Amino acid sequence: MQRKVNFVLRRMVISWAVVLIALIFAGKLFYIQVIDEKYLLQSDNNTIRNVTLHPPRGMIFDRNKKLLVSNEIAYDVLVIPRMVKPMDTAQLCQLLNMDVADFQTKLTAARQYSRYKSSVIASQLSKEKAGYVQERLYQFPGFFLEPRITRLYDERIAAHAIGYIGEVDGQDIEKDDYYKPGDYIGKSGVEAYYEHALRGVKGKSVRLVDVHNREKGIYKNGEYDVDPVLGDNIYMTLDADLQKFAELLMNGKRGSITAIEPATGEVLVMVSMPAYDPNLLIGYDRSKNYYALLVDPSKPLFNRAVTAKYPPGSTFKMANGLAAMEENVITPFSCYSCSGPGSQPIKCTHSHKSPLNLYEALETSCNPYFWGVFRTFLEKAPYPTIADRYLRWRELMLNMNFGRKFDASDIMYQSSGNIPTDNYFNKYFGKGRWNAMTIRSLSIGQGEVELTPLQMANYAATLANRGFYYEPHLVKKIEPDSLLQFPKHYTGIDTAYYAVAVEGMWMVFNGSYGTARRYRIAELNMCGKTGTAQNPHGKDHSIFIAFAPKDDPKIAISVIVENGGFGATWAAPIGTLLVEHYLLEGETHFPWYKDKMLNEYP
Amino acid sequence: MREREQKSFFANVDWMLIILYLLMVFAGWISIYAAVYDETHRSILSLDCDYGKQAIFILIAVVTAFVILLLDAKLFTSFAWVFYILAILALLSVFPFGSDIKGANAWIKIGQFSMQPGELFKWATALALAKYLSTHSFAPKKMDTLIVSILILLLPVGLIILQNDTGTALVYFALFIAMYREGMDGRLILFPIIAVVLFVLTLLLGEKITIIVISSVALLWWFFFSSHRWKSIRNTILTAAFCAGFVFVAHKAFTTFLSDYQQTRINVLLGIETDLKKAGYNVNQSLIAIGSGGVSGKGFLQGTQTKYNFVPEQNTDFIFCTVGEEYGFVGSFLVVGCFAFLILRIIRNAERQRSAFARIYGYCVASILAFHITVNIGMVLGLLPVIGIPLPFFSYGGSSLLGFTILLFIFIKQDANRLSLL
Repeated sequence: MQRKVNFVLRRMVISWAVVLIALIFAGKLFYIQVIDEKYLLQSDNNTIRNVTLHPPRGMIFDRNKKLLVSNEIAYDVLVIPRMVKPMDTAQLCQLLNMDVADFQTKLTAARQYSRYKSSVIASQLSKEKAGYVQERLYQFPGFFLEPRITRLYDERIAAHAIGYIGEVDGQDIEKDDYYKPGDYIGKSGVEAYYEHALRGVKGKSVRLVDVHNREKGIYKNGEYDVDPVLGDNIYMTLDADLQKFAELLMNGKRGSITAIEPATGEVLVMVSMPAYDPNLLIGYDRSKNYYALLVDPSKPLFNRAVTAKYPPGSTFKMANGLAAMEENVITPFSCYSCSGPGSQPIKCTHSHKSPLNLYEALETSCNPYFWGVFRTFLEKAPYPTIADRYLRWRELMLNMNFGRKFDASDIMYQSSGNIPTDNYFNKYFGKGRWNAMTIRSLSIGQGEVELTPLQMANYAATLANRGFYYEPHLVKKIEPDSLLQFPKHYTGIDTAYYAVAVEGMWMVFNGSYGTARRYRIAELNMCGKTGTAQNPHGKDHSIFIAFAPKDDPKIAISVIVENGGFGATWAAPIGTLLVEHYLLEGETHFPWYKDKMLNEYP
Repeated sequence: MREREQKSFFANVDWMLIILYLLMVFAGWISIYAAVYDETHRSILSLDCDYGKQAIFILIAVVTAFVILLLDAKLFTSFAWVFYILAILALLSVFPFGSDIKGANAWIKIGQFSMQPGELFKWATALALAKYLSTHSFAPKKMDTLIVSILILLLPVGLIILQNDTGTALVYFALFIAMYREGMDGRLILFPIIAVVLFVLTLLLGEKITIIVISSVALLWWFFFSSHRWKSIRNTILTAAFCAGFVFVAHKAFTTFLSDYQQTRINVLLGIETDLKKAGYNVNQSLIAIGSGGVSGKGFLQGTQTKYNFVPEQNTDFIFCTVGEEYGFVGSFLVVGCFAFLILRIIRNAERQRSAFARIYGYCVASILAFHITVNIGMVLGLLPVIGIPLPFFSYGGSSLLGFTILLFIFIKQDANRLSLL
């Protein structure tokens, strides 16, 4: 049986198949173009890039509006891993002065972070270097240069006080989602403490890009762009000129100089030696330099002025005298005798008049006198037990901000120093088994007592103010006009007693037996105290605190020269030269000392 | 009589097809311009750019079309075999003279242009098939017509596959549609379709569930449609068993014979794998471009996806993306509608032919165009696997434009000439 082929049916089948397919296409088109919005969003994701606009970081000036830190343009080499093609890695590394292994590690990290987003491969190429690299970078698809603003430390001074910036780490990003990988943040010093003011606010620009991430224009004429807000400029309390001179005086030595304006608590000088050029911590070799500084045995990154603790030695004697007077266990005219180097249990370094009063004891820095004062305090102060009397003594010390940090200060990485608690002695000697005799070193600023150079300078400022201080600080003003306020503290010791201590300090320069009489400059009218701190690890530290002029003091300083021997040998002349430089015009009175301090070291 | 015929040429020619053709070619040119467009663009006629070259191709194609309309219609009937043989020779010449473009050795370089014989000479195979079938019918129980027809196809197909240009080769199988119209057993088309459906089901649902589905369909078939005689029960069971066997074999073959990237492509298409970076990237970018066009599109030259090169092959195989992105649903629907109208119009015209040759040739034209359009737009819309064949009249490329023009205009000429035949 022969079946007849139905041609009309077949035409219909074919025609309706065509219609059906057209309808399927129309349906799919309707779905993806009209109903489903997801493709529109994805299309924006494809072509829109948010470009972060980094504002220039605020500049930093000294108290006289001298520029300390400014900005400079450097270039980073970035990579978008997805666009990297097989290439001559060795050649690229050579171009960028990079180690091949280091390069591979960074490229792998970039791939792990994102294949589509850019990561930094090499940072902060100088303008000249960037120009050279730019001309050759076309051979390496996926790699490109991006300008960024970096720091320039114009004066190369005060590295520790100013601090430095560096790339944010994971913790920074976790703490504050303002930061993105590759951003810079203040890592120490003022750069870190005033990060929020200095950094400004990032802006953004929405750009159109093609498949190769090349910019093709600005999205909707910048409708969604946000301008960056410039970082605020900051005025530090430092005096750049004085700081520079102080750094020269400390050249080749270990130790620190801290100077404070007593009437305000403003830090005029903060030197920690050995120091480093802050410009080492920016630029292309930053990480290499940073590592070198980190492993340097002289610890140049360590800010001795606030972090190091030293026994204050004889400079501590005013504090002991003040405490005893405040508790009325002595008067300025109470006398103790001294047998010179033969004294017991604490001997004196030299022979002098005996018995002697408080003024004379400060002038000659008599050890047995202050041992006597301290013992009298611990035995006679009007409190029931020796522990109570000791705690009262300790309280008076803490009121001078010994043994604790300046909490409201903007100075970072402070140590507390140490004024031991009674519990410490209870543990060390056993409860009830210690007395003035066993802890006698405290009377002359030795033993467990330790102060930071900053605390010592603040101590000098408190003496200058006759009983109060402002928290020492490094920044006085954030532009445009916010003057910073730092709290004022009273030590709780009567001003009259301070006058006595000051008189004694004046005698140090002006008395015929004064330990610093060599450095007297009549018109400076300086008050000070030398100290020689015994150091279990080596030669004694040379210590000096002072302020000047005696009436209406303008500057209070502490100077520590590690292993410098007697306070009068290194610290006192350095301190005097510095105060002279700050307060007097013209040539120095001590050219010979100046020459020695600038060029020699212990 | 002679005079009337002369006069009636312009009256008899199907102006609708010619206008449709010109519109599409123009739209294609504009789309290529938009796809290649760069802010630093040069004139639309710049010969350094694809749109400038396409302008030349269009000129050549239109002139060729005009020449075909002027030639004697009988030329194509009489010399059908000659054209076929010339086409085969052209395909063969690729082997000694050809050059590689994107892995396929299917091009002959002439000056700064390349010619792709497989693309250019589809019409010659269509002519040969029409010529042969106009004198041979698909009589039942007589396999020689079918065998010769298939051989006519297989000769160029084999050569093109040897040139590693599978996509183009696949197009020739579209001619089965014309053969179906001429009486070929419909099962030759139905079975492959069933096979594809079963294959897709296997990949989507796994072998076991597919077999359960087959059994259920067989049971329902038996229950509702089949008579309850033993013979029909047996046929149903046999068919179901055959299908189940096919499922096993197909699954095995899929994992054994297809290379990984081919498997991935198919899996991505079926939504089994998502691989937006490799195989799925093109299609996903294509969907984003079209989908972001919305109802009315982003406007001429405003398509960010195509303009900024997110869509690969955007001026050739993915040219439809530009239409979708810049003209939205309105534009793309219009293009799909025009294509459907074109095909239906050709079928209608083919059916009104007095000569079997012209009718069969007309169906060949419709089949080839329909296949190209379906596979291309299906690919761009993510409905079919990525097979690199151009969208007729739209895609950039001289060989394909000239090939489609000749293919279409031979039929327009035959159609215009239909009344002069007895």
